[in-house]
Amino acid sequence: MRAQIAVYVVLMALALIAPLLGLYPVFLMKLLCFAMFACAFNLLLGFTKMLSFGHAAYFGASAYITGWLVTVQGWGTLAGIVGGVAVSMLLGLVIGAIAVRRQGIYFAMITLALAQVVYFICLQAQFTGGENGLQGIPRGSLFGLIGLGEDRIMYYFVLACFIAVFVFIRRIVHSPFGQVLKAIRANEPRAISLGYKVDRYKLIAFVLSASLAGLAGSLKALVLGFATLSDVSQGNSGEVILMTLLGGSGTFLGPAIGAIVVVTLQEYLSGLVGSWVSVIIGAIFVVCVLVFRRGFVGEIERWFAHRN
Amino acid sequence: MTRKSTFVALGALLGLYASSQASAAADQVVIGDIDDMSSVYADVIGQGGVEAINMAITEFGGSVLGKKITVLSVDHQNKPDIGASKFREWADQNGLTMVLAGSNTGVSIAMSKVASAKKVPFIAIGAGGASLTGVDCTPYTIHYAYDTTALGNGTASAIVKQGGKTWFFVTADYAFGTQLQEAATRVVLANGGRVLGSVRAPLGTTDYSSFLLQAQASGAQVLGLANAGTDFSNSLKAANEFGITKTMKPAALLAFLTDIHALTLQTAQGLFLTTGWYWDLNEQTRAFAKRFYAKVNRQPTMNQTAYFSATLQYLNAVKAVGSTDSDKVMAQLKKTKINDVFASDGYIRADGLMVHTMYVMQVKTPAESKYPWDYYKVIKVMSGEEADGSQPDPTCPMIKK
Repeated sequence: MRAQIAVYVVLMALALIAPLLGLYPVFLMKLLCFAMFACAFNLLLGFTKMLSFGHAAYFGASAYITGWLVTVQGWGTLAGIVGGVAVSMLLGLVIGAIAVRRQGIYFAMITLALAQVVYFICLQAQFTGGENGLQGIPRGSLFGLIGLGEDRIMYYFVLACFIAVFVFIRRIVHSPFGQVLKAIRANEPRAISLGYKVDRYKLIAFVLSASLAGLAGSLKALVLGFATLSDVSQGNSGEVILMTLLGGSGTFLGPAIGAIVVVTLQEYLSGLVGSWVSVIIGAIFVVCVLVFRRGFVGEIERWFAHRN
Repeated sequence: MTRKSTFVALGALLGLYASSQASAAADQVVIGDIDDMSSVYADVIGQGGVEAINMAITEFGGSVLGKKITVLSVDHQNKPDIGASKFREWADQNGLTMVLAGSNTGVSIAMSKVASAKKVPFIAIGAGGASLTGVDCTPYTIHYAYDTTALGNGTASAIVKQGGKTWFFVTADYAFGTQLQEAATRVVLANGGRVLGSVRAPLGTTDYSSFLLQAQASGAQVLGLANAGTDFSNSLKAANEFGITKTMKPAALLAFLTDIHALTLQTAQGLFLTTGWYWDLNEQTRAFAKRFYAKVNRQPTMNQTAYFSATLQYLNAVKAVGSTDSDKVMAQLKKTKINDVFASDGYIRADGLMVHTMYVMQVKTPAESKYPWDYYKVIKVMSGEEADGSQPDPTCPMIKK
């Protein structure tokens, strides 16, 4: 426990001073947004063992909605974020209500199919700008006081959001509700026989995960100033699975570390090898699945537990 | 303990990575090139564009105002998000002083938003969309080589006047395709023609069969191909294979020399197309083409030559005003006549469009072609005003009405 606190303190300190070290704040914010997305996804995969193949739908839909509200409707930044999250929550509720009735591969296929529906809506709808995406989204300001145009200020805002989400997820997992989720993960028929309304718990977890993924999408749209089809595409859904598994699903820090690794690789390799990045990352995933199945953080934690 | 040391190592790595990031260098002129390097449009500019920039820098003397000239280049993979975020990153981190935008109008529109936010001169070359100097115009945008309006006024009007009155469009499904179709449609209607229908094909489509069958079913005389790069060559090849070109006349609304080269004259002969530059126009263009060929082993396309010309114009402007200050350089560029290998009578209009002579060409038959890369004959020379109109685009918010 003490070691765990030490790790969090070190990471927190690193996160706080990162932009002062000369790291590019926009890149750091992108890392945080994807880390948040992966943590949200992990709530579903890691703690409830539900594999969604369509999480980009919530991330992307929220990015589009926030972008549209802020750019076209002239809403404030916070209102735009709330609007985006509300839509992804609703989307999560609808898709979740259909999907949680099935398990395993069928669950995954339903989420995939419905996410593709969302993708094609985004491709065809007028307000999303189709192939061009939504451009020039302003960052606006907080409460009309703190302008977020400055990269460093925006960074601390995004960092605050990330920490809030991280703490929130820890709280959920350690709550009695989280215990039930873990029980479902361990043995679903047993949880049913104990009298829990399993579908309802799973739906709540799904909606929570979709909403937090939506928050990550909204923030990303504001940080980078655009929402495009890449946000909502199948590739993005695959990447978040990759990040979570690479870092270690079912651990708290794992998905965040996985997101940092994947996004950094993409950023630096794309300049060198262009679209071959996907092939390289795919190969890394294969190695990860074959050699260290628990992911980076999962393996470290296990090794640590064995030693004690 | 071990875990702690792991994170200490992680921290050290982060630090290392931070120091490896080049800080913005004020004593450099940094030219960025954001283009499709690996996909549909890679042949139109691609690596040849980087070579063209370097040729311009060498010709200029390698440095300006005693500052080193650096070139950055990235593959945007036809994704607006990659183009815009690279542009922003270079502006924030690498002291970018000017950016050249390669193919893809969607990416260029995304980049233009960054240009106006970061106040960096943004010279769009590969993109055709006329909205770059219309609704999407910015004080820092220059649209250099050609635009969809000129393509419509060139190719579409030549074909309608030859009797091709009814059209069906196969359109690339993004900003460029739709704007090109709009421009061509305006010209067709103005000349008494009719548009019988259109279908949108995603960027990078390889199987055009269903789109072409719809075109054939429409009964139109002209098959308007509102696409470019390998999309254009794939759709034309498929039209040939299905025998559609026997009943419909294909119209290449945008074709580059490299496309014709890939298609071969056998397939492409007789096509009308509009271009702002051709290597075999005069002594000056042939001399440039020879130098380019020696490096790249291909004749330059219109856009690659525009890369060369734009880089040179920019460096001249920097030299003239004695600084890389964006506003001063833009003002200088807008008041300078352009007279070089690319254009002899060019000028930059208030909305950012570079107005210059355009040529309506017809692709030669294999019998007419006398030597390698001898592909076009000039059908019509259009003055810049004829191609693009004499007034700035009124939809551009900068233009006072």
